[in-house]
Amino acid sequence: MWSASRPPSPRPSHLRRKLSPIMLPLAFCGLGLMLLTGFIALFVRGDKACLRLGAAGVIAGAILCAIPTAQVLFTGDELALTLPWQVPFGSFHVVLDGLSALFLLPTLLLSAVAAVYGCGYMAGHGGGGGLRLGYAVLCYNFLAASMVMVLIARDGVLFLVAWELMSLSSYFLVTYDDEHESVRQAGWIYLVATHIGTAFLLAFFVLLGQGGGRMDFSYPALAGLSSGTALFLLALVGFGTKAGVMPLHVWLPEAHPAAPSHVSALMSGAMIKMGVYGIVRTLQILPQLESWWGWLLVGVGAVSGVLGILFSLAQHDFKRALAYSSIENVGVIMIGLGLGVVGVADHCPALAVLGFAGALWHMVNHALFKGLLFLGAGAAAKAAGTRYMDLLGGLAKTMPRTAATFIVGALAICAIPPFNGFIGEFLLYFGSFGAVAEGGPRLAGPAVVALVALASIGGLALVAFTKMVGIVFLGEPRSAQAAGAKEPGMEMLGAMWTLAGLCVVIGLSAPLLLPVFAQAGADLAGMPLADVAGPVGAAYSALGSVVLASAALLVLTLVLGVWRRRLLRGRTVTEQPTWGCGYAAATARVQYTASSFSQPIVDLFQGVLVSRLRRAKVKELFPTTAGFKSNTTDVSNEYLYRPIFMWIDRFINKMRWVQYGVVQLYVLYIALTLIILLLWKLR
Amino acid sequence: MKLVAEILQPLLAIVLAPLLLGVINRVKAFFAGRHGQPFVQPYYDLWRLLHKGAVYSRSTSWVFRLSPPACLAALLTLTLIVPLGGRSTLLGFEGDLVLAAYLLALVRFFLVAAALDTASSFEGMGASREAFFSALTEPALFVALAAMARLSGRLSLPEMFAAVTPGNWATHGAALLLVAATLAIVLLAENSRIPVDDPNTHLELTMIHEVMVLDNSGPDFAFIQYGSALKLWLLSAVLVGAALPTGGLSTPLAMAAAVGGVFLVAVCVGTVESCMARLRMTHVPLLLFTAVALAVLALVFSLRG
Repeated sequence: MWSASRPPSPRPSHLRRKLSPIMLPLAFCGLGLMLLTGFIALFVRGDKACLRLGAAGVIAGAILCAIPTAQVLFTGDELALTLPWQVPFGSFHVVLDGLSALFLLPTLLLSAVAAVYGCGYMAGHGGGGGLRLGYAVLCYNFLAASMVMVLIARDGVLFLVAWELMSLSSYFLVTYDDEHESVRQAGWIYLVATHIGTAFLLAFFVLLGQGGGRMDFSYPALAGLSSGTALFLLALVGFGTKAGVMPLHVWLPEAHPAAPSHVSALMSGAMIKMGVYGIVRTLQILPQLESWWGWLLVGVGAVSGVLGILFSLAQHDFKRALAYSSIENVGVIMIGLGLGVVGVADHCPALAVLGFAGALWHMVNHALFKGLLFLGAGAAAKAAGTRYMDLLGGLAKTMPRTAATFIVGALAICAIPPFNGFIGEFLLYFGSFGAVAEGGPRLAGPAVVALVALASIGGLALVAFTKMVGIVFLGEPRSAQAAGAKEPGMEMLGAMWTLAGLCVVIGLSAPLLLPVFAQAGADLAGMPLADVAGPVGAAYSALGSVVLASAALLVLTLVLGVWRRRLLRGRTVTEQPTWGCGYAAATARVQYTASSFSQPIVDLFQGVLVSRLRRAKVKELFPTTAGFKSNTTDVSNEYLYRPIFMWIDRFINKMRWVQYGVVQLYVLYIALTLIILLLWKLR
Repeated sequence: MKLVAEILQPLLAIVLAPLLLGVINRVKAFFAGRHGQPFVQPYYDLWRLLHKGAVYSRSTSWVFRLSPPACLAALLTLTLIVPLGGRSTLLGFEGDLVLAAYLLALVRFFLVAAALDTASSFEGMGASREAFFSALTEPALFVALAAMARLSGRLSLPEMFAAVTPGNWATHGAALLLVAATLAIVLLAENSRIPVDDPNTHLELTMIHEVMVLDNSGPDFAFIQYGSALKLWLLSAVLVGAALPTGGLSTPLAMAAAVGGVFLVAVCVGTVESCMARLRMTHVPLLLFTAVALAVLALVFSLRG
């Protein structure tokens, strides 16, 4: 099954195309509705009304867009539309195919859910309200609409316009709380990073235009294309910057914590997936996939995954830790894509379809649970007034519902059954184990790397998320603010419940959903589904058993819980202070802290994490004060980007002499430039 | 016949698991020159705990109450997946080893969360170490199982273990030996035995598992104690399955051999515990990295063959 060798077949260019009279325009109506309500929200008085109008627009728009998306997913048709467009080199060419639909569904869902959450979260958030709030709503709606546009635009110019709209609207959202210096700094880093990424994308599309004649994503690049490798590398850097692949991730741990939480959820759950989408789309249009691309993707994914989760462990800021964990999950997706590419290049349909399907499924799952975790973190941070984990604690008693949904998200992200996170990773493990068991060395090599990386990520993720759950939600509150936290309103709770429910539902209905992802994986691998019936069938029955085991697990938990209740009936059940060797006056300060919980691992990996520790020296016998401070900054930021940008800064400083601020001089520059250009043209 | 074996495997695990602890205790008593407690003492202990009331810490929330049933449920589900000499299991499927590993992760998640829920620095310390060491055993376990998958060409635990034959040992002895060594270290670390942890004392600052469950009492504590016995049984069964060449035997013989093997593992654990001191905390990661290295070596050998 895993060693099936087929002669290299040219990857078929895309199959069915159907012009759609109503369906796509329906999606455009949806997008228009989002933007329109955003603009109207600018003029609405009253914070609540303004937020609700914006959210209603996003929800209605998402529903309108979901109709054609669902049609594409269920029927397998493609919807295409080309309109005349007065832009040089551009055309208004949009296509909604299976791949777009798979990315669209979680994006639309998360946009709508996070918008509802935002109604509760942004009310009384500070930052002035009024017109500023209106702008935030407008930007949010722009972000949601532009992501949809990114996913359906096929023309390069149209794609870049949508891409840029997405980046700018999210930049304005990140800098919403711009009275804080750290937020302005984060916004600045984000703006620079995203535009460096876009620069690579410009080069990518220019190269694509040269090779295929058109700057178009769906234009099947010509078979004789010589620049495939260059295109792939440009896409990996350009889209990888948005996806947050290491070491291009530096903006991510800055921007995600700075943004309001519903925006963090949308950015982490959906927007970074646009980078993944770009890479996947590039893999789809390139005629020939090279084996070493797969190795590269697996390697990049393994590094992002392991380092991402290690950095997450070392953080003190709740949302920053979640942001690093997004890098880890993008790493997992990259590992899956790499396995898929190796499978295609080395003619192993089983590995190809399982790798691609696992990566896509994990992408959808991550949108759900990471969105949920950011929403939960936002609720906790808003209720307690701080994101610093060592000041939180005990929120499970004051905010039990938020805590429950957060724990569901944490279990899901640790890939623990019966939640959805397990399913995507299972497919990746399944493909890798199969390749190790039966494949030749060319398949087994990357599969072993993937296995080691996935297992390490799994183990470390458990540490990172038990830490977040344990320190923030369990135990005793570590500060007065944390003790006074209150459960958020229905809008925020409802949003979190929806996502938590979906995590459970996807986990328990995995075999039913498998065909959708298997089809997408097979499409991406350029194989008909019939060719991979063997491995897909095996995965189907395996997922069936997983669901059975999950059901057994839930039933047994319930039975044991009921049994315990019966046993304890009529016996003395008391509540006492926690056992502290007889000391009964322990305060919340004796609890283990987030820093001490992760300290053994941070110490062990000091070589990559480079944490800075500061301890106050204890001098006399009964010291009255002592102190400890640890700080883990980003290694690639410190040692890679900072030197580069310092160098650029110095260089540009040296060029200062051209800038005297004398208008006459500037006129002279213009005149000189014109003369030089004229001479050059006359030559 | 097949169904009987499939039902018998979890039943044996459920009934005999506490006996393993009894055997270990008797072996340790033997080395110490004592007579030791009866073999069935762990059953008496469980019985006593099940008939007690409960004391809960005021600091805890619903997570602490959910933890013991959830952990035990996951381990009971595991008995349906991990084979004991049989050629199939009730829930076995291609790739069941991944589910098995993540069910163990579920147990760890809830144990660690419940420990942090008590707001005690002792238990926090234990939780931190448990999570830390298990994060390092996870890659070792997966790579060792990948080597087994390579050697057998199979992806489900019973089929993988059924492929281990004396002939297999003759051709791939080195790889199998390394897999067995890795799984033995994983077993000691995951079950909090010496040289990683000492199950005898509760309040030393170096404890891991025992200190994490300090605040559990009554039926909850019974669930947890029984759960650790089951976990020891299951990981021993995996070690025995990978190492014992039962491939050529008929199912009843193979099962008998596997049960014997599991108790032999218990004797070995007891011997190790009597002859060795616990490692210093800072040296435990080195042991676990050794396990990862051995597993990688096993995989390299198996890929070559």
